[in-house]
Amino acid sequence: MIQLESVSKAYKTSTRPALDDVSVDVDKGEFVFLIGPSGSGKSTFLRLLLREEVPSKGRVSVSNFDVAKMPRRKVPRLRQTIGCVFQDFRLLNNKTVSENVAFALEVIGKPKHTITKVVPEVLELVGLDGKADRMPHELSGGEQQRVAMARAFVNRPLVLLADEPTGNLDPDTSQDIMLLLERINRTGTTVLMATHDHSIVDSMRRRVVELDHGRVIRDDRRGVYGVGR
Amino acid sequence: MRASFVFSEVVTGLRRNVTMTIAMILTTAISLGMFGGGLLLVRTIDKMQASYLDDVEVTVYLTQDISANDQNCTAEPCSSIRSALENNQAVESVVFEDRNEAYERFQRIFEGQPELVELARPESLPASLHVKLFDPERSEVIVQEFGNQPGVANVDDQNKFLDRFFDLLNSGRDGTFIVAAIAALAAVLLIANTIQVSAYTRRTEVGIMRLVGATRWYTQLPFLLEAVVAGVIGAALGVVGLIGVKYIALDQIFEATGGAIPKIEMVDILFPVAPVLLGVSILISAITGYVTLRAYVRT
Repeated sequence: MIQLESVSKAYKTSTRPALDDVSVDVDKGEFVFLIGPSGSGKSTFLRLLLREEVPSKGRVSVSNFDVAKMPRRKVPRLRQTIGCVFQDFRLLNNKTVSENVAFALEVIGKPKHTITKVVPEVLELVGLDGKADRMPHELSGGEQQRVAMARAFVNRPLVLLADEPTGNLDPDTSQDIMLLLERINRTGTTVLMATHDHSIVDSMRRRVVELDHGRVIRDDRRGVYGVGR
Repeated sequence: MRASFVFSEVVTGLRRNVTMTIAMILTTAISLGMFGGGLLLVRTIDKMQASYLDDVEVTVYLTQDISANDQNCTAEPCSSIRSALENNQAVESVVFEDRNEAYERFQRIFEGQPELVELARPESLPASLHVKLFDPERSEVIVQEFGNQPGVANVDDQNKFLDRFFDLLNSGRDGTFIVAAIAALAAVLLIANTIQVSAYTRRTEVGIMRLVGATRWYTQLPFLLEAVVAGVIGAALGVVGLIGVKYIALDQIFEATGGAIPKIEMVDILFPVAPVLLGVSILISAITGYVTLRAYVRT
Protein backbone atom coordinates (compact mmCIF):
# COMPACT_ATOMS: atom_id res chain seq x y z
CA MET A 1 0.00 0.00 0.00
CA ILE A 2 2.81 2.38 0.95
CA GLN A 3 6.31 1.97 -0.37
CA LEU A 4 9.41 4.05 0.08
CA GLU A 5 12.47 2.83 -1.79
CA SER A 6 15.81 4.41 -0.84
CA VAL A 7 14.13 7.75 -0.33
CA SER A 8 16.18 10.79 0.59
CA LYS A 9 14.94 14.28 1.10
CA ALA A 10 17.22 17.27 1.52
CA TYR A 11 16.02 20.80 2.11
CA LYS A 12 17.99 23.64 0.63
CA THR A 13 18.16 25.43 3.97
CA SER A 14 19.63 22.50 5.85
CA THR A 15 23.00 20.79 5.57
CA ARG A 16 21.69 17.48 6.89
CA PRO A 17 19.06 15.58 4.88
CA ALA A 18 15.62 15.30 6.53
CA LEU A 19 15.37 11.73 5.28
CA ASP A 20 18.42 9.67 4.41
CA ASP A 21 18.03 6.55 2.28
CA VAL A 22 14.77 5.39 3.84
CA SER A 23 13.08 2.19 2.68
CA VAL A 24 9.76 1.18 4.25
CA ASP A 25 7.05 -1.12 2.96
CA VAL A 26 3.56 -1.03 4.49
CA ASP A 27 0.94 -3.57 3.48
CA LYS A 28 -2.73 -2.95 3.00
CA GLY A 29 -4.59 -2.92 6.31
CA GLU A 30 -1.50 -2.54 8.48
CA PHE A 31 -1.29 -0.30 11.52
CA VAL A 32 2.12 1.34 11.81
CA PHE A 33 3.58 3.71 14.39
CA LEU A 34 6.17 6.14 13.13
CA ILE A 35 8.25 7.23 16.10
CA GLY A 36 11.36 9.25 16.77
CA PRO A 37 12.40 12.53 18.38
CA SER A 38 11.52 15.91 16.94
CA GLY A 39 13.44 16.56 13.76
CA SER A 40 13.94 12.87 13.06
CA GLY A 41 12.01 13.10 9.78
CA LYS A 42 8.52 11.90 10.72
CA SER A 43 6.75 14.91 9.29
CA THR A 44 8.79 14.82 6.11
CA PHE A 45 7.86 11.14 5.79
CA LEU A 46 4.15 11.99 5.94
CA ARG A 47 4.49 15.00 3.65
CA LEU A 48 6.15 12.89 1.00
CA LEU A 49 3.20 10.49 1.01
CA LEU A 50 0.81 13.40 0.46
CA ARG A 51 3.05 14.89 -2.17
CA GLU A 52 3.40 18.04 -0.17
CA GLU A 53 7.07 17.41 -0.86
CA VAL A 54 8.92 15.62 -3.63
CA PRO A 55 11.83 13.37 -2.65
CA SER A 56 15.34 14.36 -3.71
CA LYS A 57 16.07 10.70 -4.43
CA GLY A 58 14.22 7.42 -4.44
CA ARG A 59 10.70 6.23 -5.15
CA VAL A 60 7.51 6.82 -3.19
CA SER A 61 4.32 5.00 -3.98
CA VAL A 62 0.91 5.01 -2.32
CA SER A 63 -1.71 2.57 -3.57
CA ASN A 64 -1.10 2.64 -7.32
CA PHE A 65 0.28 6.15 -7.44
CA ASP A 66 3.92 6.81 -8.23
CA VAL A 67 3.83 9.81 -5.93
CA ALA A 68 7.08 11.51 -6.84
CA LYS A 69 6.62 11.24 -10.58
CA MET A 70 2.90 11.88 -10.98
CA PRO A 71 1.84 15.06 -12.76
CA ARG A 72 0.50 17.88 -10.61
CA ARG A 73 -3.02 17.63 -11.93
CA LYS A 74 -3.31 14.07 -10.62
CA VAL A 75 -2.29 14.99 -7.07
CA PRO A 76 -5.92 15.62 -5.98
CA ARG A 77 -6.76 12.01 -6.85
CA LEU A 78 -3.90 10.77 -4.71
CA ARG A 79 -5.06 12.92 -1.82
CA GLN A 80 -8.60 11.63 -2.14
CA THR A 81 -7.29 8.17 -1.24
CA ILE A 82 -5.54 9.47 1.88
CA GLY A 83 -7.19 10.78 5.04
CA CYS A 84 -5.31 13.04 7.44
CA VAL A 85 -5.59 13.98 11.10
CA PHE A 86 -3.33 16.38 12.96
CA GLN A 87 -2.42 17.34 16.48
CA ASP A 88 -4.24 20.68 16.07
CA PHE A 89 -7.47 19.21 14.60
CA ARG A 90 -7.72 21.88 11.88
CA LEU A 91 -11.47 22.29 12.00
CA LEU A 92 -13.33 25.20 10.42
CA ASN A 93 -14.58 27.19 13.38
CA ASN A 94 -17.43 28.83 11.52
CA LYS A 95 -18.98 25.53 10.49
CA THR A 96 -20.89 23.00 12.55
CA VAL A 97 -19.66 19.46 13.15
CA SER A 98 -21.61 17.99 10.26
CA GLU A 99 -20.71 20.91 7.97
CA ASN A 100 -17.05 20.34 8.75
CA VAL A 101 -17.35 16.73 7.72
CA ALA A 102 -19.52 17.53 4.70
CA PHE A 103 -16.98 20.14 3.55
CA ALA A 104 -14.48 17.40 2.69
CA LEU A 105 -17.01 15.86 0.32
CA GLU A 106 -18.38 19.10 -1.10
CA VAL A 107 -15.01 20.30 -2.26
CA ILE A 108 -14.34 17.14 -4.20
CA GLY A 109 -17.68 17.48 -5.94
CA LYS A 110 -19.68 14.69 -4.29
CA PRO A 111 -23.42 14.97 -4.93
CA LYS A 112 -25.61 16.33 -2.18
CA HIS A 113 -27.66 13.18 -1.66
CA THR A 114 -24.48 11.19 -1.04
CA ILE A 115 -23.29 13.78 1.48
CA THR A 116 -26.56 13.82 3.43
CA LYS A 117 -26.44 10.06 3.63
CA VAL A 118 -22.77 9.51 4.44
CA VAL A 119 -22.10 12.27 6.97
CA PRO A 120 -24.47 11.00 9.72
CA GLU A 121 -23.10 7.48 9.24
CA VAL A 122 -19.53 8.54 9.82
CA LEU A 123 -20.51 10.76 12.76
CA GLU A 124 -22.11 7.71 14.34
CA LEU A 125 -18.97 5.70 13.69
CA VAL A 126 -16.84 8.21 15.61
CA GLY A 127 -19.45 8.49 18.36
CA LEU A 128 -20.65 12.00 17.66
CA ASP A 129 -24.22 11.29 16.63
CA GLY A 130 -26.34 13.88 18.40
CA LYS A 131 -23.63 16.53 18.19
CA ALA A 132 -23.93 17.17 14.47
CA ASP A 133 -25.12 20.74 14.91
CA ARG A 134 -22.60 21.82 17.54
CA MET A 135 -19.88 24.30 16.72
CA PRO A 136 -16.26 23.16 17.22
CA HIS A 137 -15.68 25.53 20.15
CA GLU A 138 -18.54 23.86 22.03
CA LEU A 139 -16.71 20.54 21.95
CA SER A 140 -13.92 19.08 24.09
CA GLY A 141 -10.51 18.41 22.55
CA GLY A 142 -11.25 14.73 22.21
CA GLU A 143 -14.55 15.44 20.49
CA GLN A 144 -12.90 17.89 18.13
CA GLN A 145 -10.36 15.25 17.18
CA ARG A 146 -13.24 12.85 16.49
CA VAL A 147 -14.72 15.40 14.11
CA ALA A 148 -11.35 15.64 12.37
CA MET A 149 -11.23 11.85 12.13
CA ALA A 150 -14.75 11.73 10.76
CA ARG A 151 -13.71 14.25 8.14
CA ALA A 152 -10.60 12.26 7.28
CA PHE A 153 -12.55 9.02 7.01
CA VAL A 154 -15.77 10.17 5.38
CA ASN A 155 -14.49 9.58 1.85
CA ARG A 156 -13.37 6.06 2.82
CA PRO A 157 -9.66 6.57 2.20
CA LEU A 158 -7.32 3.63 1.67
CA VAL A 159 -4.76 5.19 3.98
CA LEU A 160 -5.17 7.26 7.13
CA LEU A 161 -2.22 9.41 8.16
CA ALA A 162 -2.27 10.64 11.74
CA ASP A 163 0.35 13.19 12.75
CA GLU A 164 0.50 13.13 16.58
CA PRO A 165 -3.28 12.92 16.85
CA THR A 166 -3.13 12.54 20.65
CA GLY A 167 -0.53 15.27 21.17
CA ASN A 168 -3.05 17.73 22.61
CA LEU A 169 -5.16 15.24 24.55
CA ASP A 170 -5.08 13.75 28.04
CA PRO A 171 -4.27 10.01 28.41
CA ASP A 172 -7.88 8.84 28.77
CA THR A 173 -9.06 10.79 25.77
CA SER A 174 -6.00 9.60 23.85
CA GLN A 175 -7.01 6.05 24.61
CA ASP A 176 -10.46 6.72 23.11
CA ILE A 177 -8.91 8.16 19.99
CA MET A 178 -6.67 5.10 19.67
CA LEU A 179 -9.71 2.82 19.93
CA LEU A 180 -11.29 4.80 17.16
CA LEU A 181 -8.15 4.51 15.02
CA GLU A 182 -8.20 0.77 15.61
CA ARG A 183 -11.80 0.59 14.58
CA ILE A 184 -10.99 2.49 11.37
CA ASN A 185 -8.04 0.15 10.82
CA ARG A 186 -10.34 -2.87 11.16
CA THR A 187 -12.38 -1.61 8.19
CA GLY A 188 -9.30 -2.36 6.09
CA THR A 189 -7.86 1.14 6.13
CA THR A 190 -4.08 1.29 6.41
CA VAL A 191 -3.16 3.54 9.35
CA LEU A 192 0.16 5.32 9.72
CA MET A 193 0.53 7.28 12.94
CA ALA A 194 3.43 9.52 13.89
CA THR A 195 3.70 9.88 17.67
CA HIS A 196 5.79 10.62 20.71
CA ASP A 197 3.44 8.87 23.08
CA HIS A 198 5.28 5.95 24.74
CA SER A 199 2.34 4.49 26.57
CA ILE A 200 0.16 4.32 23.51
CA VAL A 201 2.81 2.61 21.40
CA ASP A 202 3.60 0.19 24.20
CA SER A 203 -0.02 -0.73 24.86
CA MET A 204 -1.00 -1.23 21.23
CA ARG A 205 1.79 -3.65 20.30
CA ARG A 206 1.74 -2.82 16.61
CA ARG A 207 4.44 -2.40 14.05
CA VAL A 208 6.90 0.36 14.97
CA VAL A 209 9.17 2.20 12.55
CA GLU A 210 11.65 4.39 14.38
CA LEU A 211 13.42 7.26 12.71
CA ASP A 212 16.47 9.11 13.94
CA HIS A 213 18.31 11.81 12.04
CA GLY A 214 16.38 10.84 8.94
CA ARG A 215 17.32 7.17 9.03
CA VAL A 216 15.26 4.11 9.92
CA ILE A 217 16.95 2.71 13.00
CA ARG A 218 14.29 0.13 13.88
CA ASP A 219 11.37 -1.64 12.23
CA ASP A 220 9.62 -4.06 14.64
CA ARG A 221 6.57 -6.16 13.75
CA ARG A 222 5.10 -5.84 17.24
CA GLY A 223 7.15 -3.18 18.88
CA VAL A 224 7.22 -0.94 21.90
CA TYR A 225 8.35 2.68 22.03
CA GLY A 226 11.86 1.90 23.11
CA VAL A 227 13.75 -0.22 25.57
CA GLY A 228 15.35 1.73 28.36
CA ARG A 229 13.88 5.06 27.35
CA MET B 1 -18.35 20.86 -9.96
CA ARG B 2 -21.02 22.07 -7.61
CA ALA B 3 -22.00 25.59 -8.60
CA SER B 4 -23.83 26.29 -5.35
CA PHE B 5 -20.69 25.59 -3.32
CA VAL B 6 -18.48 27.82 -5.45
CA PHE B 7 -21.12 30.56 -5.50
CA SER B 8 -21.55 30.59 -1.73
CA GLU B 9 -17.76 30.73 -1.31
CA VAL B 10 -17.63 33.76 -3.62
CA VAL B 11 -20.35 35.59 -1.70
CA THR B 12 -18.69 34.79 1.64
CA GLY B 13 -15.36 35.99 0.31
CA LEU B 14 -16.69 39.29 -0.97
CA ARG B 15 -18.60 39.95 2.24
CA ARG B 16 -15.79 39.01 4.57
CA ASN B 17 -13.55 41.55 2.95
CA VAL B 18 -16.14 44.19 2.34
CA THR B 19 -14.03 47.38 2.52
CA MET B 20 -11.50 45.99 0.08
CA THR B 21 -14.30 44.79 -2.16
CA ILE B 22 -15.79 48.27 -2.27
CA ALA B 23 -12.41 49.85 -2.98
CA MET B 24 -11.82 47.32 -5.74
CA ILE B 25 -15.24 47.96 -7.31
CA LEU B 26 -14.87 51.74 -7.13
CA THR B 27 -11.42 51.91 -8.70
CA THR B 28 -12.55 49.51 -11.39
CA ALA B 29 -15.62 51.67 -12.01
CA ILE B 30 -13.56 54.87 -12.20
CA SER B 31 -10.98 53.46 -14.56
CA LEU B 32 -13.58 51.86 -16.78
CA GLY B 33 -15.70 55.00 -16.71
CA MET B 34 -12.71 57.06 -17.86
CA PHE B 35 -11.92 54.50 -20.50
CA GLY B 36 -15.53 54.56 -21.69
CA GLY B 37 -15.42 58.37 -21.72
CA GLY B 38 -12.34 58.20 -23.93
CA LEU B 39 -14.11 55.82 -26.29
CA LEU B 40 -17.10 58.17 -26.50
CA LEU B 41 -14.78 61.07 -27.23
CA VAL B 42 -13.19 59.09 -30.05
CA ARG B 43 -16.64 58.50 -31.47
CA THR B 44 -17.60 62.14 -31.12
CA ILE B 45 -14.42 63.29 -32.82
CA ASP B 46 -15.04 60.87 -35.69
CA LYS B 47 -18.57 62.17 -36.13
CA MET B 48 -17.40 65.78 -36.07
CA GLN B 49 -14.58 65.16 -38.49
CA ALA B 50 -16.95 63.53 -40.93
CA SER B 51 -19.52 66.32 -40.77
CA TYR B 52 -17.04 69.20 -40.74
CA LEU B 53 -14.78 68.04 -43.49
CA ASP B 54 -17.78 67.92 -45.81
CA ASP B 55 -18.17 71.66 -45.42
CA VAL B 56 -14.55 72.69 -45.26
CA GLU B 57 -13.50 75.21 -47.87
CA VAL B 58 -10.41 77.10 -48.84
CA THR B 59 -11.20 80.72 -49.44
CA VAL B 60 -8.98 82.72 -51.81
CA TYR B 61 -9.48 86.40 -50.94
CA LEU B 62 -8.81 88.79 -53.74
CA THR B 63 -7.10 92.18 -53.48
CA GLN B 64 -8.98 95.45 -52.97
CA ASP B 65 -8.26 96.37 -56.54
CA ILE B 66 -9.98 93.34 -58.05
CA SER B 67 -12.75 93.41 -55.47
CA ALA B 68 -13.61 96.96 -56.51
CA ASN B 69 -13.24 96.73 -60.27
CA ASP B 70 -13.90 93.17 -61.42
CA GLN B 71 -17.52 92.47 -60.52
CA ASN B 72 -17.78 89.07 -62.20
CA CYS B 73 -14.22 87.81 -62.17
CA THR B 74 -14.02 88.02 -65.94
CA ALA B 75 -10.92 90.22 -66.24
CA GLU B 76 -7.30 89.36 -65.55
CA PRO B 77 -5.89 88.33 -63.13
CA CYS B 78 -9.07 87.08 -61.51
CA SER B 79 -10.23 85.01 -64.47
CA SER B 80 -6.92 83.19 -64.79
CA ILE B 81 -6.79 82.49 -61.07
CA ARG B 82 -10.29 81.08 -61.31
CA SER B 83 -9.53 78.88 -64.31
CA ALA B 84 -6.27 77.71 -62.76
CA LEU B 85 -8.27 76.66 -59.70
CA GLU B 86 -10.94 74.99 -61.78
CA ASN B 87 -8.35 73.04 -63.71
CA ASN B 88 -6.57 71.91 -60.56
CA GLN B 89 -6.96 68.14 -60.05
CA ALA B 90 -7.67 68.49 -56.35
CA VAL B 91 -10.49 71.00 -56.77
CA GLU B 92 -14.11 69.93 -56.87
CA SER B 93 -15.76 73.32 -57.41
CA VAL B 94 -15.03 77.04 -57.38
CA VAL B 95 -17.61 79.70 -56.56
CA PHE B 96 -16.96 83.40 -56.97
CA GLU B 97 -18.38 85.72 -54.36
CA ASP B 98 -18.28 89.42 -55.00
CA ARG B 99 -18.30 92.18 -52.41
CA ASN B 100 -22.05 92.56 -52.34
CA GLU B 101 -22.59 88.87 -51.83
CA ALA B 102 -19.94 88.93 -49.13
CA TYR B 103 -21.77 91.84 -47.52
CA GLU B 104 -25.07 89.95 -47.60
CA ARG B 105 -23.47 86.96 -46.00
CA PHE B 106 -21.89 89.19 -43.39
CA GLN B 107 -25.28 90.63 -42.60
CA ARG B 108 -26.72 87.17 -42.23
CA ILE B 109 -23.97 85.96 -39.95
CA PHE B 110 -24.09 88.98 -37.68
CA GLU B 111 -27.85 89.38 -37.69
CA GLY B 112 -27.80 89.37 -33.92
CA GLN B 113 -25.31 92.23 -33.70
CA PRO B 114 -26.81 95.13 -35.68
CA GLU B 115 -24.15 97.60 -34.49
CA LEU B 116 -21.54 95.49 -36.26
CA VAL B 117 -23.60 95.34 -39.45
CA GLU B 118 -24.04 99.08 -39.12
CA LEU B 119 -20.30 99.63 -39.17
CA ALA B 120 -19.54 97.38 -42.11
CA ARG B 121 -19.66 98.60 -45.68
CA PRO B 122 -19.60 96.39 -48.78
CA GLU B 123 -16.40 98.24 -49.79
CA SER B 124 -14.60 97.02 -46.72
CA LEU B 125 -15.16 93.37 -47.63
CA PRO B 126 -13.04 91.57 -50.23
CA ALA B 127 -14.37 89.46 -53.08
CA SER B 128 -13.33 85.85 -52.89
CA LEU B 129 -13.20 82.49 -54.59
CA HIS B 130 -14.65 79.67 -52.47
CA VAL B 131 -12.83 76.49 -53.32
CA LYS B 132 -14.15 73.06 -52.43
CA LEU B 133 -11.68 70.20 -52.55
CA PHE B 134 -12.18 66.51 -53.23
CA ASP B 135 -9.97 65.79 -50.26
CA PRO B 136 -10.33 68.62 -47.75
CA GLU B 137 -7.21 67.45 -45.93
CA ARG B 138 -5.06 68.48 -48.90
CA SER B 139 -5.84 72.17 -48.69
CA GLU B 140 -2.14 72.92 -48.22
CA VAL B 141 -1.63 72.56 -52.00
CA ILE B 142 -3.97 75.45 -52.75
CA VAL B 143 -2.46 77.66 -50.09
CA GLN B 144 1.01 77.09 -51.50
CA GLU B 145 0.09 77.49 -55.13
CA PHE B 146 -2.15 80.54 -54.91
CA GLY B 147 -1.01 82.31 -51.76
CA ASN B 148 1.53 84.51 -53.57
CA GLN B 149 -0.18 84.99 -56.89
CA PRO B 150 -0.77 88.54 -57.98
CA GLY B 151 -4.33 89.55 -57.27
CA VAL B 152 -4.61 87.31 -54.24
CA ALA B 153 -4.72 89.06 -50.88
CA ASN B 154 -4.55 85.94 -48.79
CA VAL B 155 -5.75 82.35 -48.69
CA ASP B 156 -7.81 81.25 -45.72
CA ASP B 157 -7.70 77.58 -44.96
CA GLN B 158 -10.53 76.48 -42.63
CA ASN B 159 -8.84 73.15 -42.31
CA LYS B 160 -6.02 74.81 -40.36
CA PHE B 161 -8.44 76.06 -37.77
CA LEU B 162 -10.19 72.68 -37.63
CA ASP B 163 -6.85 70.97 -37.19
CA ARG B 164 -6.15 73.06 -34.12
CA PHE B 165 -9.63 72.33 -32.82
CA PHE B 166 -9.28 68.58 -33.39
CA ASP B 167 -5.80 68.63 -31.88
CA LEU B 168 -7.39 69.98 -28.73
CA LEU B 169 -10.07 67.28 -28.72
CA ASN B 170 -7.53 64.59 -29.48
CA SER B 171 -5.30 65.62 -26.61
CA GLY B 172 -8.41 65.61 -24.39
CA ARG B 173 -9.02 62.04 -25.53
CA ASP B 174 -5.38 61.04 -24.92
CA GLY B 175 -5.48 62.60 -21.47
CA THR B 176 -8.61 60.64 -20.64
CA PHE B 177 -6.99 57.40 -21.74
CA ILE B 178 -3.87 58.10 -19.69
CA VAL B 179 -5.88 58.76 -16.53
CA ALA B 180 -7.94 55.66 -17.32
CA ALA B 181 -4.75 53.61 -17.62
CA ILE B 182 -3.42 54.89 -14.29
CA ALA B 183 -6.73 54.12 -12.59
CA ALA B 184 -6.71 50.70 -14.26
CA LEU B 185 -3.27 50.03 -12.80
CA ALA B 186 -4.59 50.94 -9.37
CA ALA B 187 -7.57 48.66 -9.94
CA VAL B 188 -5.35 45.77 -11.00
CA LEU B 189 -3.12 46.17 -7.92
CA LEU B 190 -6.19 46.30 -5.70
CA ILE B 191 -7.59 43.16 -7.28
CA ALA B 192 -4.27 41.38 -6.77
CA ASN B 193 -4.11 42.53 -3.17
CA THR B 194 -7.72 41.61 -2.43
CA ILE B 195 -7.19 38.12 -3.75
CA GLN B 196 -4.09 37.71 -1.61
CA VAL B 197 -5.91 38.90 1.51
CA SER B 198 -8.85 36.71 0.62
CA ALA B 199 -6.61 33.68 0.15
CA TYR B 200 -4.89 34.44 3.44
CA THR B 201 -8.08 34.74 5.46
CA ARG B 202 -9.24 31.46 3.99
CA ARG B 203 -5.96 29.62 4.29
CA THR B 204 -7.41 27.01 6.67
CA GLU B 205 -10.22 26.18 4.26
CA VAL B 206 -7.85 26.09 1.33
CA GLY B 207 -5.42 23.93 3.30
CA ILE B 208 -8.15 21.43 4.08
CA MET B 209 -9.41 21.51 0.52
CA ARG B 210 -5.95 20.69 -0.79
CA LEU B 211 -5.56 17.95 1.77
CA VAL B 212 -8.79 16.16 0.98
CA GLY B 213 -7.99 16.27 -2.71
CA ALA B 214 -9.98 19.18 -4.08
CA THR B 215 -8.91 20.11 -7.58
CA ARG B 216 -7.50 23.50 -8.43
CA TRP B 217 -10.83 24.53 -9.86
CA TYR B 218 -12.41 24.09 -6.46
CA THR B 219 -9.68 25.79 -4.49
CA GLN B 220 -9.07 28.69 -6.83
CA LEU B 221 -12.24 29.34 -8.78
CA PRO B 222 -13.93 31.12 -5.85
CA PHE B 223 -11.06 33.63 -5.66
CA LEU B 224 -11.04 34.10 -9.40
CA LEU B 225 -14.79 34.61 -9.48
CA GLU B 226 -14.56 37.10 -6.64
CA ALA B 227 -12.33 39.25 -8.80
CA VAL B 228 -14.55 38.80 -11.84
CA VAL B 229 -17.75 39.57 -9.92
CA ALA B 230 -16.18 42.75 -8.56
CA GLY B 231 -15.05 43.59 -12.10
CA VAL B 232 -18.54 43.12 -13.50
CA ILE B 233 -20.08 45.30 -10.79
CA GLY B 234 -17.35 47.88 -11.43
CA ALA B 235 -18.10 47.89 -15.15
CA ALA B 236 -21.82 48.29 -14.51
CA LEU B 237 -21.13 51.21 -12.18
CA GLY B 238 -18.81 52.72 -14.78
CA VAL B 239 -21.57 52.60 -17.39
CA VAL B 240 -24.10 54.08 -14.96
CA GLY B 241 -21.55 56.81 -14.19
CA LEU B 242 -21.14 57.61 -17.89
CA ILE B 243 -24.90 57.88 -18.34
CA GLY B 244 -25.08 60.11 -15.27
CA VAL B 245 -22.31 62.40 -16.52
CA LYS B 246 -24.03 62.61 -19.91
CA TYR B 247 -27.32 63.81 -18.44
CA ILE B 248 -25.94 65.96 -15.65
CA ALA B 249 -23.10 67.73 -17.45
CA LEU B 250 -22.20 66.86 -21.02
CA ASP B 251 -25.63 67.40 -22.58
CA GLN B 252 -25.73 70.99 -21.34
CA ILE B 253 -22.13 71.73 -22.22
CA PHE B 254 -22.39 70.36 -25.75
CA GLU B 255 -25.70 72.11 -26.25
CA ALA B 256 -24.03 75.39 -25.33
CA THR B 257 -21.61 74.96 -28.24
CA GLY B 258 -24.63 75.36 -30.51
CA GLY B 259 -24.25 71.96 -32.07
CA ALA B 260 -20.57 72.40 -32.84
CA ILE B 261 -19.98 69.30 -30.77
CA PRO B 262 -22.64 66.66 -31.42
CA LYS B 263 -24.53 65.32 -28.41
CA ILE B 264 -23.50 61.95 -27.03
CA GLU B 265 -26.40 59.62 -27.60
CA MET B 266 -27.59 57.01 -25.11
CA VAL B 267 -27.19 54.40 -27.85
CA ASP B 268 -23.47 55.21 -28.11
CA ILE B 269 -23.05 54.39 -24.43
CA LEU B 270 -25.10 51.20 -24.50
CA PHE B 271 -23.42 49.98 -27.66
CA PRO B 272 -20.59 49.53 -28.22
CA VAL B 273 -19.12 51.18 -25.10
CA ALA B 274 -20.95 49.19 -22.39
CA PRO B 275 -20.16 45.70 -23.74
CA VAL B 276 -16.57 46.73 -24.41
CA LEU B 277 -16.18 47.92 -20.81
CA LEU B 278 -17.74 44.72 -19.50
CA GLY B 279 -15.51 42.55 -21.67
CA VAL B 280 -12.35 44.47 -20.77
CA SER B 281 -13.25 44.31 -17.08
CA ILE B 282 -13.88 40.57 -17.07
CA LEU B 283 -10.71 39.91 -19.03
CA ILE B 284 -8.49 42.08 -16.83
CA SER B 285 -9.89 40.86 -13.51
CA ALA B 286 -9.72 37.22 -14.57
CA ILE B 287 -6.14 37.54 -15.80
CA THR B 288 -5.09 39.46 -12.69
CA GLY B 289 -6.77 36.87 -10.49
CA TYR B 290 -5.20 33.98 -12.32
CA VAL B 291 -1.70 35.45 -12.23
CA THR B 292 -2.03 36.36 -8.53
CA LEU B 293 -3.18 32.86 -7.60
CA ARG B 294 -0.34 31.35 -9.61
CA ALA B 295 2.21 33.55 -7.91
CA TYR B 296 0.98 33.57 -4.32
CA VAL B 297 -1.24 30.61 -3.59
CA ARG B 298 0.12 27.08 -3.40
CA THR B 299 -1.76 24.40 -5.21
